[in-house]
Amino acid sequence: MQARPAYLPYLLLAPSVLFLAALFLYPLAETILLSVRTAEGFSFDNYRRMAGDLNFASALGNTFLLVGVVVPLQIALALGLAQMLTKITRGREIVLWVWTIPMGVSDLAAGLVWLALLTDRGYVNSALFALGLIDGPTGWLSYETPVTLFVAIVLAEVWRATAIVLVILVAGFGLIPKEYGEAAEIFGATPWQRFTRVTLPLLKPSLQTALILRTVLAFEVFAVVFALGGRNFPVLVSEAYVWQFENQSYAVAAAYAVVVMAISLAATAIYLRVLRVKPEARL
Amino acid sequence: MRKRLIASAAILLGLGFLPQAQAQETVFMSTQLRPIEEAQKVRDVILKGFAGQAVYVTEQPQQLNVRMRAEAAAGRRTVSVIGALHGELQPLQPMGALDDISDVATKLADRGIPANLMNLGKLGGSTQVYIPWMQATYIMVANRQALPFLPAGADINALTYDQLKEWAKNVRERTGQRRLGFPAGPTGLMPRFFQGYLYPSYTGSAVSAFRSAEAEAMWTNFKDLWQYVQPNSTSYNFMQEPLLADEVWIAFDHVARVLDALRQRPNDFVTFPAPAGPKGRGYMPVVAGLSIAKDAPNRAGAVALIDHLSTARTQLVTAAEVGFFPVVKADLPADLAPGVRLAANAIALTQNARDALVSLLPIGLGDKGGEFNKVYIDTFTRIVLRNEPARAVLDREAENLRAIMNATAAPCWAPDPASTSACPVN
Amino acid sequence: MRPRSLLFWAGVATMCAWVLVPIWLIAAGAIGGRQGVFLWPKSMLPPEFTFSALAVFLRIEGVGKALWNSVAAAAMTMAFATLLGTPAGYALARFSFRGQNAYRLLILLTRAFPIAILALPLTVAFINWGLYDTTLGVALVHTALALPFAALVTSSLFVGIPRELEEAAWIFGCTRLQAFVKIVLPLALPGIAATGLFAFVISWNEVFAASVLTVRERTLTAYLLTVLSESPLHFRFAGGLVLILPSVVFIFAVRRYLFAMWGIANR
Repeated sequence: MQARPAYLPYLLLAPSVLFLAALFLYPLAETILLSVRTAEGFSFDNYRRMAGDLNFASALGNTFLLVGVVVPLQIALALGLAQMLTKITRGREIVLWVWTIPMGVSDLAAGLVWLALLTDRGYVNSALFALGLIDGPTGWLSYETPVTLFVAIVLAEVWRATAIVLVILVAGFGLIPKEYGEAAEIFGATPWQRFTRVTLPLLKPSLQTALILRTVLAFEVFAVVFALGGRNFPVLVSEAYVWQFENQSYAVAAAYAVVVMAISLAATAIYLRVLRVKPEARL
Repeated sequence: MRKRLIASAAILLGLGFLPQAQAQETVFMSTQLRPIEEAQKVRDVILKGFAGQAVYVTEQPQQLNVRMRAEAAAGRRTVSVIGALHGELQPLQPMGALDDISDVATKLADRGIPANLMNLGKLGGSTQVYIPWMQATYIMVANRQALPFLPAGADINALTYDQLKEWAKNVRERTGQRRLGFPAGPTGLMPRFFQGYLYPSYTGSAVSAFRSAEAEAMWTNFKDLWQYVQPNSTSYNFMQEPLLADEVWIAFDHVARVLDALRQRPNDFVTFPAPAGPKGRGYMPVVAGLSIAKDAPNRAGAVALIDHLSTARTQLVTAAEVGFFPVVKADLPADLAPGVRLAANAIALTQNARDALVSLLPIGLGDKGGEFNKVYIDTFTRIVLRNEPARAVLDREAENLRAIMNATAAPCWAPDPASTSACPVN
Repeated sequence: MRPRSLLFWAGVATMCAWVLVPIWLIAAGAIGGRQGVFLWPKSMLPPEFTFSALAVFLRIEGVGKALWNSVAAAAMTMAFATLLGTPAGYALARFSFRGQNAYRLLILLTRAFPIAILALPLTVAFINWGLYDTTLGVALVHTALALPFAALVTSSLFVGIPRELEEAAWIFGCTRLQAFVKIVLPLALPGIAATGLFAFVISWNEVFAASVLTVRERTLTAYLLTVLSESPLHFRFAGGLVLILPSVVFIFAVRRYLFAMWGIANR
């Protein structure tokens, strides 16, 4: 064994820390200051205004609901897809490519395409009409149909952002030596047992990464929700956006952003604890 | 080692993209005329005869504020001329982003820009902040298929809100669909409908009678009307799309936001003024103005550009090409494109209506313009969409409105009766 | 074919369709002409084929330059994010040290805070640093956004590479650096390439920072943002397509690397 200089990890981290300090922490600090500063000094007035706003409660509820439904769906779907990929022998390169295409689709374009699909005179209604299931253009996305609006947003988000989970999990699958599964098979494990006892535990580091990234990103959802839901489905980030750009009240927008950040950090801390991965975990 | 090489290569690559001084250019940033075809016409046609070198850049209205604030805070400028709506220029003034251009106003005195428009450009102060550039207003558009359902005896060019309700009701009863539409989406211009149309028509005021008995009756009426309104309205930002999709047959919006529908299918649509209420036919002229950024990198170029844009010739070209109307004295050519002609007709009818009641754009609100709009949209959301009792909502939102008026000390603007101090919310 | 595998392939095909059909529809909207986007009921095939909307797009003044800016910003982001993120990922994977979780939280913070809200202080800082309205400035912000991916993905990559391999190299007299370069790096390279790809795509699609931090040196996304929000629908579809196609092609071009991450198992 070579000696491990204690400063080495810090040396490796230093460039990215310095970089983030300049480009991120500094404006972040200014923004947090902005959220607690008022004309009379420091106070939580901006937070009070935020919490007292018409849309705050529904934005908070909607955000949690959306994250709670979308993230598990995406993880399950990506696990399924990654499992399918292990079984494909020919053409998996192409299949993997197709499945990762949405990764290259921007939020704006995704919102546009799902609006075209789901609007009153969209493709989905055209198909339902052709099948004789509806009589004419039917609305799914208005304030009068909150359930279908929510389903539509979930579908669009699952379409748009599952690919990144898939890629992380596929990379994780790739690191599991085949022998483990083969050994389990020899000892008579059923496919389900092999999946839950062998694959899942070995996949934990990748799962943790995927979960954390997706959850944090899901709390940031905004463009697709805005495109499909308009005013009807406020989420925290869309409210921050409205306060900043429509109401031009930067301090309240900053308060919203701080709340979003706090929630994301809490979620991350929980994941890190629950899905603890030993840094020296060996395969 | 290889890593370091790559790193230095990347940095060198990066340095290649540092800005080069481009002193001769005049950067003209506009929140108007952003759609692809319009922007291209600005570059190819409207700026064609300009002697200097203008770089036309479009910007989302929301981001204009952030950018100008940042440029003002850092004290270094990229943009010289700013073209934006009255309400978008207003918040830029208190942050010190706009230059005093009284000299330009003097220079352009012979252009025949009406004094009331010129005064708007002072934003309630004593110096000129912007030069009026183009004007427009809000109009109604209807699909010809909706015309048979007009209530008996109603004159489409002199509708009342009750007749509009009747009309929308007929459409729903006979076609089974709600086809009246409003731009109540997140970036739609619905607040202006309340401030410049509904409130003045019913109360003769936009601010001081905010929570009056008339206002309460007005909201009750409007809520009643809303049952015939296409429920997707809360997602519409521009009415041209639902109009073109036949999802909406009768719509209210800013001229520029329905123009594409009028252009594409001029034979399928009719245009007419917004309805009238008990106090008259409220309407709100829209003015876009041209400002010069404080410490502009090229002030001389900016002055020349504003000069160019406010010549009668350029103004007429602008009207014909993009459907915004002149602020200077100039007669529209007879050969306007049919879509633009439709828009022009409705504007003329609105301005010349016997019961016309002009609402000015809010003046003196500084950067509170957004929160001012929020009061109206929140009132609407609570009363109409969430079924809260009108009286309680009006009392509560009146507090917010009063706080804004007191914070800005903005005196009343038409149609509210003039006040010496902050406009009171009675 | 056994019915089971038939079912399996039907599943694969369904999932491919789930991804591809919406993309096809955006293309249909872009080439279906001005009226096509408003037809009812719609059909899967556009009513006409016209490339006029796309052609108009590509002819707009400045699109070429914006395209070049986008590629340059994305390439720089890719380089910066990989160079900063890989060492961090290695440190996270191989060492246990104080402050490790603090660092993880720090890099996640960048994704946990809506970038749009940082626009104002960031823009002021960029003007002061002379980075305002430069492609380099855009690339730096995008690097901050891509860094969490780079660090976390490379870290789980390194966790998966048995450290015995490295230790064996040390025994044979390699220095730490040599062991890393000769043993670990080749194994991790495909994954690192995929990380770079993420960074590229993140930069390519990011619109907010790109539009507020630039005036003349707009990236394609920023250039199209105003168009996407306000132009007639078929232009918006054309704009959407113009944004999607290059990243689809790019992912196709590097699919071997995506696939190679997979290949590690068969070493």
